[in-house]
Amino acid sequence: MSEKLPGWKELTAGGVIEKAGNASEYETGSWRVRRPILDRNKCTSCLICWVFCPDSSILLEEGKVSGIDLDHCKGCGICARECPLKDKAIVMQLESECEST
Amino acid sequence: MKIVGLTGNDAVAEAMRQVDPDVVAAYPITPQTELMERFAEFVSDGIVKTELVLVESEHSAMSACVGASGAGSRVMTATSANGLALMWEMLYIAASCRCPIVMTVVNRALSGPINIHCDHSDSMGARDAGWIHLFSENSQEAYDNTLQAVRIAEHPDVSLPVMVTLDGFIISHTLERVEILEDEQAKKFVGDFSPKYSLLDVQNPVTMGPLDFHDFYFEHKRLQVQGMENARHVVREIGKEYGALSGRDFDYFESYRMEDAELAVVALGSAVGTARGVVDELRDEGKRVGLLKLRVFRPFPRREIVELLRGLKAFAVMDRSNSFGSYGGPVFSEVRSACYGQGLELPIVNYVYGLGGRDTTFEDIRRVYQEIEQMASSGKAPDDIRFLNVRE
Ligand code: SF4
Ligand code: SF4
Repeated sequence: MSEKLPGWKELTAGGVIEKAGNASEYETGSWRVRRPILDRNKCTSCLICWVFCPDSSILLEEGKVSGIDLDHCKGCGICARECPLKDKAIVMQLESECEST
Repeated sequence: MKIVGLTGNDAVAEAMRQVDPDVVAAYPITPQTELMERFAEFVSDGIVKTELVLVESEHSAMSACVGASGAGSRVMTATSANGLALMWEMLYIAASCRCPIVMTVVNRALSGPINIHCDHSDSMGARDAGWIHLFSENSQEAYDNTLQAVRIAEHPDVSLPVMVTLDGFIISHTLERVEILEDEQAKKFVGDFSPKYSLLDVQNPVTMGPLDFHDFYFEHKRLQVQGMENARHVVREIGKEYGALSGRDFDYFESYRMEDAELAVVALGSAVGTARGVVDELRDEGKRVGLLKLRVFRPFPRREIVELLRGLKAFAVMDRSNSFGSYGGPVFSEVRSACYGQGLELPIVNYVYGLGGRDTTFEDIRRVYQEIEQMASSGKAPDDIRFLNVRE
């Protein structure tokens, strides 16, 4: 978050959020320690990971898994755990060992 | 206007009947007082349209108040002593979410040892929760403060909860002469509540009480401080407006016979009534004594109070609660700190009195004036906190 944040006089009392559904603007991906790595060649798009992801970070295109929203994925690893394939289509990798996003 | 005989509890229930709030959420059993019992009768008899939510604990009572306030309702409640203590977490949330809830606190001691009688340890303990605190000297003021509290809390520049306190038993259970506004007058004075947001307004959906971390929390607290600062002028304006209506003006405090006073006592709550009598007696004896009754404890009127104390030779601050380990009770700390750097080189002394309902008599308060008279002539303030009427 490099943009200038608003001063106290510009905020709403009590921190009320007047614009509904703006959670997507709040990037929480920086908390992640492990990153899910998707292998699209293995993925069958069964969508089990999409159902389980607590942060709605499995991205779809026309019903098929197309990638992971790394701005919001917190790296919980549930997708990798739940992927039913023996040869998992998602594996977790330490952020420090990943190329930067 | 009509004149009736009411206890403090009844007087507040009358004010609540006239306000006819949308929602009252309360815990119905002790330490709740008859105040809520009386109001519940109004609800059962169909005299008010209020939705009365009776809950299983005081924590739930305040939680329900916060929820109802978020929905855009005008919300009131009442509690006392350990009930207030059980609300603790939600007191902060009510203030932080800027819920203009009005709550009567019947001031009673916090246990233990177990005690149900008057002192201010309950509401004074909550003094930093972000609520406005109005103290009452008698049933009349409990009534008057309750009506004004609704306006103060809901003022758009403030939008903060207000605690109206009255001394347990001494005021809450004592029948007194009280002047009640006509229902129409009272209703017109409090007016309609137009909340800025309502969680039930599906056309304009908002989120209340969201996650707020190191990047925004501090700014929201600063904004909350401003709400409390704004309350300073709002309390005064509403006090004047209410004065024009009722003939009883209200300000941060009332100064009693302070014109040429050399010695004075600062007090709040029912002890003021006793001190008033003592001042009259001492004045008859030719002593130049006065009394300063503090009504608004939060926001604390530091500048104005110093101006009134400036001409004195010595004064005492009365506290009906302890602040263990600090130098003096909450009122003393505030007053003494307000005097810093203001050029008041005079003895200031703290008296803790009346804990757990210990009676405070004319003789006790006379002794306070005698002792500060000695301090005035020696020019020295004692270094200790004095405990009035405690057995050695
Ligand atoms: S790691 Fe967790 S948050 Fe990230 S995509 Fe997988 S399930 Fe979602
Ligand atoms: S659970 Fe595995 S196979 Fe199924 S969509 Fe997700 S990554 Fe693909």
